[in-house]
Amino acid sequence: MEVLQLLVSGLANGCVYGLIALGFVLIYKATEQVNFAQGDFMMLGAFITLGLTNAHYMGLPFWVAAPLAIAIMAVLGYLLDFFVLRHLFGQSQTAVVILTIALGFVIRFIAGLIWTHEPQTLESPLAIGDFHVAGVVLGMADVAVIVVTVLLTFFLFQFFQRTKLGLAMQAASQNQMAAYFMGIPVKRVQGMIWGLSGAVAAVAGILFASKGAIDPNAGLLGIKAFAAAVIGGFGSLPGALMGGLIVGVIEPFASRYFPAGYSQIAPYALLLFVLVFRPHGLFSQVRTKKV
Amino acid sequence: MRIHFKTSYEHDIRLFPDWWSFFVYAILIAIAVVLPWLIDDFFIGEVTNVLIWAIAGLGLMMLTGQTGQASLGHAAFLALGCYSCIIFMEQGLPFLIAFPAAGVLTGVIGTIIAIPAIRLHGIYLAIATMAISILADDIIVLMEPITNGVSGKFAPVINIFGIEIERWTTPDRFYWLVLAVTIICTLIYRNILRSPLGRAFAAVRDSEVSAMAMGIHISRTKAIAFGFSCAITGLAGALMGFFAGAFNNETFSIVISITLLMMIVIGGLGSIHGAFFGAVVVAFLPQFLSIAKETVIGGGVAIPGLETGVFGMILILFILFEPMGIYGRWMKIRIWFELFPFARKDMFKRQKSYLKTERLR
Repeated sequence: MEVLQLLVSGLANGCVYGLIALGFVLIYKATEQVNFAQGDFMMLGAFITLGLTNAHYMGLPFWVAAPLAIAIMAVLGYLLDFFVLRHLFGQSQTAVVILTIALGFVIRFIAGLIWTHEPQTLESPLAIGDFHVAGVVLGMADVAVIVVTVLLTFFLFQFFQRTKLGLAMQAASQNQMAAYFMGIPVKRVQGMIWGLSGAVAAVAGILFASKGAIDPNAGLLGIKAFAAAVIGGFGSLPGALMGGLIVGVIEPFASRYFPAGYSQIAPYALLLFVLVFRPHGLFSQVRTKKV
Repeated sequence: MRIHFKTSYEHDIRLFPDWWSFFVYAILIAIAVVLPWLIDDFFIGEVTNVLIWAIAGLGLMMLTGQTGQASLGHAAFLALGCYSCIIFMEQGLPFLIAFPAAGVLTGVIGTIIAIPAIRLHGIYLAIATMAISILADDIIVLMEPITNGVSGKFAPVINIFGIEIERWTTPDRFYWLVLAVTIICTLIYRNILRSPLGRAFAAVRDSEVSAMAMGIHISRTKAIAFGFSCAITGLAGALMGFFAGAFNNETFSIVISITLLMMIVIGGLGSIHGAFFGAVVVAFLPQFLSIAKETVIGGGVAIPGLETGVFGMILILFILFEPMGIYGRWMKIRIWFELFPFARKDMFKRQKSYLKTERLR
């Protein structure tokens, strides 16, 4: 029973990691850039929802505030691409990595100025009560997290495989110039994907905030989500979710069965292990180019 | 304006292109040496801090600027250098042996870590090194019998042939020590760049495929770059330990790694000057901000995250408007004056580039 309980809480945490990782992978898949600020996007999405919902601030009903926050984050993502990242078009990945790390710092600073550094809780209808199934305590928020994550991953996966826009996004990432020749508006496609990943980050943020208190440093969760994305394999949407689940499940088990001190290094040790033996993740899609 | 007609390879790789630049650097070093008599102890401490950051920046610059491998984990090597130097000294080794030994040890361990890591490209390497940096923090705590864990260690007094050097009681001597290490590291760095190895670094950075075609052993070159980079970083780490006086697992956190990477980007990737310019920004920004804050809103008001936030904004502006960093801007200004009135606006315009990846689907 204890194992099952750990498993459920691990899965719920893992889904949040998976959702953030999904944001990484979306951007990576479509632009070959890596957004180190995704965790901070998540935090920002959570705080925007909190600012709209909580009685202390705007006091809108949750079901109005949540879609609004998602829309705001989508617009922010698009504008970010339009005003900042588009200037880096065609530059190396490292420049984008450094830029987004800096962006994360700035977002954290601004969020701290607006919503202070005190931990706050979102007044979310998802955060009500637990129910017991076969001796396992399930939080309503946990169930919501798992359901939403699975649905979202499924739809995004279908989006990339089936729709014209999704295929255009993949083409744009593999070879920008060839994509231009095929008539794909590469820059606009990239803007859209940043908007989409902003929206996904907002969803992750709302779910995360429903599970407990948040503060501006919650964005550091992004590092764990990062490990998740790498373990699953960058560039694979189901992989990102799986990676998130693996990291999420390892954590409670490691802290339960390993001596203190060793448990927190478990996800990163796994990350290094995966990087050494399967450098492109467990669900890799990369083959090296021959000279 | 000075024009160099290079008539031989020897001329091309000369340490100083002409007597004028030799003269300029000699003056610079002379000023640096007499600095303790010119400014007071507080500012000597600050300048020492700049130099230490510059050494660390040189270490990372070797890897990121010359070889093109971004590392987010150099704080781990700073920590390794710091702890190993102090522990060697606690075992009774004199500073003159313990200090280089710490550098060598860090370099060797860096190379060993690099061997699996160099299979990774670009972004994956950054992530792997980031994981190393996070792990280092926990490993220091776990190795408590050697490292004293969270309670940390205190730096002993340095003793070179009977001359005692300590950061607080003799800041001048400590400054000269750091200055000497800085000059030695810069010379080593400059000489590596002139050697075939340095050329191989640049080839790997610019295109791995063409480097391979020219007969460069890619992974060996990367491993060596990692080794040198870590060795220099280790030396900087040891000096940082002496500078701080006391340190524990949190002294060398991932934030330091990120700051280091940002520092060399602000300074200008791929140039020695860049490491120094970046170090000046990193070391003086906190002071500057606290003074600015005091004049604008009055002292006593704490704004958490202000430093990192401002630092991030500066970095974003640099990447957008001056990707070559402070050094790039300096070069442009200098060339504008040298060519006056013939400088053209689009002289530094870069060719449009398109990103292609190794990914197949």
